[in-house]
Amino acid sequence: MSAYSMPDKNGHFGRFGGVFVAETLMRPLQELTQAYKKYMQDPDFLKELDDDLKYYVGRPSPLYFAAGLSREYGSQIYLKREDLNHTGAHKINNTIGQALLAKRLGKTRIIAETGAGQHGVATATVAARLGLECVVYMGADDIVRQAPNVYRMKLLGASVVAVESGSRTLKDALNEAMRDWVTNVEDTFYIIGTVAGPHPYPAMVRDFQSVIGREARQQILEQAGCLPDALVACVGGGSNAIGLFYPFIDDEAVSMYGVEAAGNGLDTGQHAAPLCKGRVGVLHGNRTYLMEDANGQIIETHSISAGLDYPGVGPEHAWLKDIGRANYVAISNDEAMAGFHDITRLEGIIPALESSHAIAYARKLAPELGKDGIMIVNLSGRGDKDIQTIANIDGVEI
Amino acid sequence: MSRIERCFEALRENGKKGLIPFVTAGDPVSDITVPLMHAMVEAGADLIELGIPFSDPMADGPVIQKANQRALAHNTSLHDVLEMVKQFRQTDEMTPVLFMGYLNPVEAMGYEEFADAAKLSGVDGLLLVDLPPEEASEFNELLYQRDIDPVYLLAPTSTPQRMEIVSLEARGFVYYVSIRGVTGSAALDYGEIKASISEIRQHTNLPVGVGFGINSPERAVKIGEFADAVVIGSAIVKMMEGFDGDKSSVIKAVSDFLRGVRNALDAETHPIVG
Repeated sequence: MSAYSMPDKNGHFGRFGGVFVAETLMRPLQELTQAYKKYMQDPDFLKELDDDLKYYVGRPSPLYFAAGLSREYGSQIYLKREDLNHTGAHKINNTIGQALLAKRLGKTRIIAETGAGQHGVATATVAARLGLECVVYMGADDIVRQAPNVYRMKLLGASVVAVESGSRTLKDALNEAMRDWVTNVEDTFYIIGTVAGPHPYPAMVRDFQSVIGREARQQILEQAGCLPDALVACVGGGSNAIGLFYPFIDDEAVSMYGVEAAGNGLDTGQHAAPLCKGRVGVLHGNRTYLMEDANGQIIETHSISAGLDYPGVGPEHAWLKDIGRANYVAISNDEAMAGFHDITRLEGIIPALESSHAIAYARKLAPELGKDGIMIVNLSGRGDKDIQTIANIDGVEI
Repeated sequence: MSRIERCFEALRENGKKGLIPFVTAGDPVSDITVPLMHAMVEAGADLIELGIPFSDPMADGPVIQKANQRALAHNTSLHDVLEMVKQFRQTDEMTPVLFMGYLNPVEAMGYEEFADAAKLSGVDGLLLVDLPPEEASEFNELLYQRDIDPVYLLAPTSTPQRMEIVSLEARGFVYYVSIRGVTGSAALDYGEIKASISEIRQHTNLPVGVGFGINSPERAVKIGEFADAVVIGSAIVKMMEGFDGDKSSVIKAVSDFLRGVRNALDAETHPIVG
């Protein structure tokens, strides 16, 4: 069996992915593809990236054996501690890489979309450090529910633009960022925060995020002496999940679980689980599974976690689902909240609501793996940003 | 020969520039679209560009975004838009109708089902903003077989290689995007537009229409100096914003505006004397 090598040269993962954008963006995307290919083989670029990841981000992030959670759930649970990165989530692995590319390409202005605000903060952070102008598009509704992150971005010198169109969430922020890019394409670099969008973004963001899986693979071999039985990660657009999964794809004995947001329940229609319940369509530059109605209109999603509240998903996840290499499951708001409290209480780690979905699935998976089974759960971000939301849900005034 | 080809041939024979108004189907209400199409033809439109509403119109500015939202507020579907064209065709067999929109509603219907339905309704061309020719070859075969013209955008950022690819796949005409930006943006660089169009003409014999940012008779005339047709979208769609239920006054406002553009274009062009 040959090693996994996706996407093809036109950015296709089987029938998924591709380049579905307006003509104005075709040339910039081709230029970006060439630059990304060139610099991913350039020793100077890779050295600078490695140094930044080590000294600025704080990598490698620990792989931590969660004894309390393991006892409670009934199998061997290791947490990949992306929450310990600078800015508190995995997002910075990608923004560091793309910002270095932007600098190499001579771009002076950075734009980004953000949902929970983690990607926006990670982008504003690297823009501040490299002295680049930064504009972050954020749905007007998300600005309300993620106020601390909005303030962080402003402190870092970014302009945060409230997007009032459509459903006023992440997908609309992405539309608006695309419109900005079309307009300012000569001097602007668009840092997409997830493994979606037109080629080369899904492959490029995966490559920057796969540092997670490369480290985890080495760490688990050192600590447990063998590969894990399973990997678990939450999936909104899917960047932390693909970052963990990708270096394990050819390890066929390692099963992979991507956890979508079931919101109020997969049968209520109020969820954000396109892989579990969606249809194949085209949005934001790629073909993938989408939440859409019978007429092909994108429908509103729902999750307590703003970072998972997205109607599409990275095309590589769609492909891994279709070929059966990864399993995609969903966790409801209530289950995620239970996972949140479990890990907080048993491990002294306050996780992001996004990552709490992965924790909650670990509980369901543990009985299948048994007490000697080993799983790595990607703890993609810390929960400070969600404290207000948690308090509201639990009916606590802070 | 498709209706779009015949239309441009007639324009050439008469030494006239094409006038292509754009409206979003179902904006602001369903039953305004067909009478509006007829009125626009009456006011001098040569070809009607009809927008298929989509929830995420990424290449459109605020004016057309709102039009999409108004049309979707009462669930205007692709089926409904096809039905409108069928109605329009009951009394107008001549004027070409070009669909403009985004891929996903078409993909949701299915390529073959769409191509058949479009043919049956009397649709003449299809411009899907987010379907570049590289991803379209199978779909285009279905369209060619039915004399439906796939129309493609070219932009200030298009390379000669991309002009070549577009010229191979496109039929009917080529649509040059006059700005880097979304529909309805402001300033035009006439020098750049002129240079781009002459470069495009080295790659294709198809007529060239220009759109994005043409909002007045003056701009239309200026663009008409180098292009075969002008597309006017946001300036017309903006007239729907104040809609208060009085369809005839909106239709009259659009007609008056278009007639002004028509007269200005015709005053500047000189019919070939036979």
